[in-house]
Amino acid sequence: MATVSLHSLVKRYGNVPVVHGIDLEVADREFIALVGPSGCGKSTTLRMIAGLEDISGGEIRIGGRKVNDLPPRSRNISMVFQSYALYPHMTVAENMGFSLKIAGKPQGEIEARVAEAAKTLGLEELLERRPSQLSGGQRQRVAMGRAIVRNPEVFLFDEPLSNLDAKLRTQMRIEIKKLHAKVNSTVIYVTHDQVEAMTLADRIVIMRDGHIEQVGTPEDVFRRPATRFVAGFIGSPPMNLQEATVEDGTLVFAGGETLPLPRQFRDKVEAGRKVVFGLRPDDLYPTGHGIHSGEETEVHEVEQAVMLTEPLGNETLVFTEFAAREWVSRMLNPKLLKPGEKVRLSFDLSQAHLFDTETGTTLRT
Amino acid sequence: MDRNAAHRMKRGLFKATHLILLFLAMAIICLPGLWIVLSSLRPTVEIMAKPPVWIPREISLDAYVAMFSGVGQGGIPVIEYFRNSLVISVTSTVIALAVGMAGGYAFARYRFAFKSSIFLGFMLTRTVPGIALSLPLFFVYARLGIIDTHFGLILAYVALNVPFTIWLIDGFFRQVPKDLAEAAQIDGCTRWQAFWQVEFPLARPGIASAGIFAFLISWNEFALASQLTRSTSSKTLPVGLLDYTAEFTIDWRGMCALAVVMIIPALTLTFIVQKHLVSGLTSGAVKG
Repeated sequence: MATVSLHSLVKRYGNVPVVHGIDLEVADREFIALVGPSGCGKSTTLRMIAGLEDISGGEIRIGGRKVNDLPPRSRNISMVFQSYALYPHMTVAENMGFSLKIAGKPQGEIEARVAEAAKTLGLEELLERRPSQLSGGQRQRVAMGRAIVRNPEVFLFDEPLSNLDAKLRTQMRIEIKKLHAKVNSTVIYVTHDQVEAMTLADRIVIMRDGHIEQVGTPEDVFRRPATRFVAGFIGSPPMNLQEATVEDGTLVFAGGETLPLPRQFRDKVEAGRKVVFGLRPDDLYPTGHGIHSGEETEVHEVEQAVMLTEPLGNETLVFTEFAAREWVSRMLNPKLLKPGEKVRLSFDLSQAHLFDTETGTTLRT
Repeated sequence: MDRNAAHRMKRGLFKATHLILLFLAMAIICLPGLWIVLSSLRPTVEIMAKPPVWIPREISLDAYVAMFSGVGQGGIPVIEYFRNSLVISVTSTVIALAVGMAGGYAFARYRFAFKSSIFLGFMLTRTVPGIALSLPLFFVYARLGIIDTHFGLILAYVALNVPFTIWLIDGFFRQVPKDLAEAAQIDGCTRWQAFWQVEFPLARPGIASAGIFAFLISWNEFALASQLTRSTSSKTLPVGLLDYTAEFTIDWRGMCALAVVMIIPALTLTFIVQKHLVSGLTSGAVKG
């Protein structure tokens, strides 16, 4: 088991930089998720850690050892690919035992370790099949089996679940979590799916355009997003974000609508400053239908017409227009609302976020 | 009921037409081969008869017996020719495959300057008819003193086959996902091991196809070989056919017998590699 450290890691393709000197410390046995939209450099970063991509600058250490110039085979890592990358001309057992065979382990040991991994993943029945005879979920499991057989110091996952359907994805997510608890090694997991990142990871690294926007626990990045980008990226449906100007204890929006300036920002934001106001759908709800209903500290009510509703059974997403923008609110214990119907919305301002318009960083300290 | 019957009849008819057309096509394709075999077994009078004699009246293996009975008794040095053909074809095929694999892999996997121009250049060499090269090649070979040697022909055939093997093998390596070689490297392989353990086995059908094509081209080539060989020490079987032509006569029967001797190894090889050949041609050569 090992730590992984990235120091000022840079990747350039020709003159085009795609990773701009990132720093990251991954603790031993930690489960780290790299998330971000496509093209943010998360997969490139993972491939640099794996040794599949040359490093243009900076340093990577695995278990304290500098690995910049080591080939993948000398890094003691294993990787699960998005495409699974199972060897089509080998059986499941041969696929899983391949690394041990290359390492020159005796046949008996290979068989024992493959059998053990197969048991862990429920693959005993499939050992003699070829990858083409397996379903997507089974292939996924074989790919994980191939990774755990060699007891690596670090596991790398490159969007392992993105080729599966929604139901299977949820199921495999749980299996990956169980697997991590069992093998207890350092994991770096790349995904563009924030739900995967939130549910699996000890800490999440949110990347954009080759930069790290924020590193934190799922709780951190959800409750205390460091930037406007993180606020909009994490959470589903995404946070409501709208530009406003601070004037004398109120926030004035483009259409002339106002909200009181949330109390926690009163001493921090001077009048005339342009900000981005953010409020999660959970903190905006038809009065009496919120998570915190009854225990709010700072609620502002506004009457609005319902534009559209999305009933989800246990809750309903209510879309209304406020300050020239569509706002999503989450209604618990839903009652039937019709489009056009007037509804009183509670803005729980104690949960509100403010970001600087220019830099996008949070104004919360 | 009526509609079912009509449909069944229509399908039956369709199938029958299909089979008849297939039979006709195959007959046209196979007839020359059959004619060669027949002609090698019957007397010259019958071969030259007009109108043609379709069913031979008399069959004998005289031509084959004569062929192997040595110079001066109507025979030709067929063993030597066969050996020359085999040495030249096998060697040039092995070299063309080795170069083709290296080149095809490079074109499929690596980025380098002028890649597409170089590839186009290779393809352009295929547009030059071999016969147009025979005279210039003859002069160059004469200066170098490699006329009438195995080496000379092997060199010419390698040059002839390499662009083709590179093109075909490139298509097959492109179909092997890059992830597989990367997964193998993470599993502990060197770049070299990853190639032999994972990429080579997957591209094998393509390599087999390229091999058989290269072999057949070398085995059957006549135009260059007739210019660049002189004696029994280097003449190949196609050139050997000319031994049956005299100033005023052509021994058609003997020629056909030698042609049969030539066809047999090529046919055997094709049958052995057939499985690979078919799956290879359909799955690899056409890049989607």
